[in-house]
Amino acid sequence: MDTNLKQKLMRYMAGNFSCQEIAQLITDYLDGSLNLGERVRFQIHLGLCFACRNYLRQMKHTIATLRQLPPEPVPQHVKEELLERFRNWKQHQPQSSVRSENE
Amino acid sequence: MKLDEPGLVQALQAGDEQVFAAVMDWYSGSLLRLALSFVPSRAVAEEVVQETWMGVFEGIHRFESRSSFKTWLFRILTNRAKTRGIRENRYEPFGLSASSDEGLSLEDSLFISEGSRMGHWKDPPNAWEPDTPERALLSKECRVAIETAIENLPATQRQVMTLRDIEGVSSEEICNILGISETNQRVLLHRARTKVRRELSPYVEGDNT
Ligand SMILES: [Zn+2]
Repeated sequence: MDTNLKQKLMRYMAGNFSCQEIAQLITDYLDGSLNLGERVRFQIHLGLCFACRNYLRQMKHTIATLRQLPPEPVPQHVKEELLERFRNWKQHQPQSSVRSENE
Repeated sequence: MKLDEPGLVQALQAGDEQVFAAVMDWYSGSLLRLALSFVPSRAVAEEVVQETWMGVFEGIHRFESRSSFKTWLFRILTNRAKTRGIRENRYEPFGLSASSDEGLSLEDSLFISEGSRMGHWKDPPNAWEPDTPERALLSKECRVAIETAIENLPATQRQVMTLRDIEGVSSEEICNILGISETNQRVLLHRARTKVRRELSPYVEGDNT
């Protein structure tokens, strides 16, 4: 048996993913879309491998950073135009379907 | 103003100007960000945002709370932007085109590809600073690096990442908005994250080498 295949077989029996496989599966893992067996093997690897633990944390940090990006600034003239379009639209609505709160 | 949804939609349906103004103020930045992932220029993206709100004026009476208001907004924008992208000759149908494979090879390049240590890290990742999001976003240089990385993503990866990681839309809703499968969505997201992680890395690497 060639060593590559033997290694694969051993890994399978030990239930271990390679570091590369862990990296590939991170989004699936975070999404909860791994099956039970995969999730257990993923966590066993993490328990034994500080590098993959760090990588998982880096990915989580990346996601958290993206989540906190500020929205795109909207130019004032766009905001003003939006309001104008709204007023325009409202004026052309039949009174029965649109009522202002101040009336 | 509190954007609590049931009352919000009612006020919009009643055509309340103050509420509309506040809601447009609140969501237009997110809409603009998403629009930029579909169309080639800021000017066109701003028009798409305008068209989206026109669609909201016309359609708010038909809005049913089967999805969240925000998801509904994103769906309207996506439809307008796709139409616009086709007109601008820029819209590519979804799929894993060759150009979106670079995320895969980027990930592969982190690992030893042959020999007995195949599949192991070339350079084992170290720990990032624990206060990473705050630290990263305080640095203008780093913010620009992240935004540039996002801009350089293939369009579909950028759309998925914008909706999921930046706007926090659920994967189910994203599949619905963009018309892609869950698997495809995850693959696109994963490649996008892999690239942004690399660009973020130099700014937040700890001293623990
Ligand atoms: Zn590992």
